[in-house]
Amino acid sequence: MTSSFLLDGEEVPFTPGQTVMQAASAAGKYIPHLCWHPDFAAHGSCKLCTVKIGGGFATACTTRAAAGQDVENGTEELTAKRRTLLQLLFVEGNHFCPSCEKSGSCVLQASAYEVGMLSPHFDHFYPDRAVDASHPDVLLDFNRCIMCELCVRASREVDGKNVFALSGRGAKSHLIVNSESGRLADTDFAATDRAAEVCPVGVILRKRVGFAVPIGQRDYDARPISQRVVEKLADGEQEAG
Amino acid sequence: MSSETLDAGMTPRKLKVATVSLAGCFGCHMSFLDIDERILPLLERVEFDRSPITDIKHCGPCDIGLIEGGVCNAENVHVLREFRANCKVLIALGACAVNGGLPAQRNHLELADILQQVYRTGHGLAEGSQIPNDPELPLPLNQVHAVHEVVRIDYFLPGCPPSGDAIWAFLTQLIKGRAPTLGHGLLQYD
Ligand code: SF4
Ligand code: SF4
Repeated sequence: MTSSFLLDGEEVPFTPGQTVMQAASAAGKYIPHLCWHPDFAAHGSCKLCTVKIGGGFATACTTRAAAGQDVENGTEELTAKRRTLLQLLFVEGNHFCPSCEKSGSCVLQASAYEVGMLSPHFDHFYPDRAVDASHPDVLLDFNRCIMCELCVRASREVDGKNVFALSGRGAKSHLIVNSESGRLADTDFAATDRAAEVCPVGVILRKRVGFAVPIGQRDYDARPISQRVVEKLADGEQEAG
Repeated sequence: MSSETLDAGMTPRKLKVATVSLAGCFGCHMSFLDIDERILPLLERVEFDRSPITDIKHCGPCDIGLIEGGVCNAENVHVLREFRANCKVLIALGACAVNGGLPAQRNHLELADILQQVYRTGHGLAEGSQIPNDPELPLPLNQVHAVHEVVRIDYFLPGCPPSGDAIWAFLTQLIKGRAPTLGHGLLQYD
């Protein structure tokens, strides 16, 4: 049985059990998101996919689609809120894009372009976050972690390893590595793990391959993330970070 | 490259523009020059106050101020405040002005340790090297800051550096009296 709801006035079909995000993606519609990934259970933490349903705010990735729902997504009101949310993420970490290997292929950066974020607006936290270069093949630069838990979910659910976890509360929340020493080298993490390629930002980086793709040819150089995500979903490709 | 003009239909007063590099590498200024021959129609509409081409030391009353670089020392604070006091519209130009950029990557280190490392204990230093101590030298701040953390900024043009095309698009919109926006390909943080 197929029913439908309205997304910015356009009809989107869904099958019972699908979330608004799943149905929208299947229909080739882009709802901005960071912690959502089609291969993993919804997390609902980043709030970037917040839409308005029947006049109230809800996260598209955790809300079940229902017949007749009236969902607002691309309105100026929501774009402004998403811009603020992204500005907060930028100032809470240390995001120096010109020196980041993920630049041009980063979902955070591309999402900020999408909503026309010209400035960080807020004062920067400039937090002190360590880098873990202990592993022979993979570098962890926690300065850029947005705590989406995609690596946590990928390691636990796909790799069956449970290498990562979130620790701390509030502003002190941070990603940790599950080993006694806290170092990645002392886990069974491998560069072939799903968790090694799922990070939407520049935290989990393969060593010795940095800056391989020239500026102008990177993922989001050719087209904005809204278009790219829709194309990928249409091709049935996995949406990697 | 297009041969866009700033055709305004009549000849209004030339706008005064000042530029300065604080804790930056002058890359944004070099990128400004990448507007190439479009500098000619620009010069029909603007005249430069303080800038690397005029070598004026203090900016006077201006319409537009372009700030490249973040704030890393006491002199940067003075210059930035002078620009804010004199410029009707102040623009943070480039990654360093926008978020501190490369220099701000020292922010989680102790300033004293950095000075020791650079001037006293680092590799390849001459015998007896000392940390410079001259009243002429502005005192470094503990942390490097984005310019909007020190004064109010009207517009931000990110990029390291923003491309000549982005700078041109931004300035032409501003000169025509519109709030500048940057589309795909012109809005870049790297
Ligand atoms: S992770 Fe993304 S937003 Fe952060 S510095 Fe790297 S490219 Fe920029
Ligand atoms: S390391 Fe990457 S995938 Fe893991 S929580 Fe941080 S941002 Fe998300």
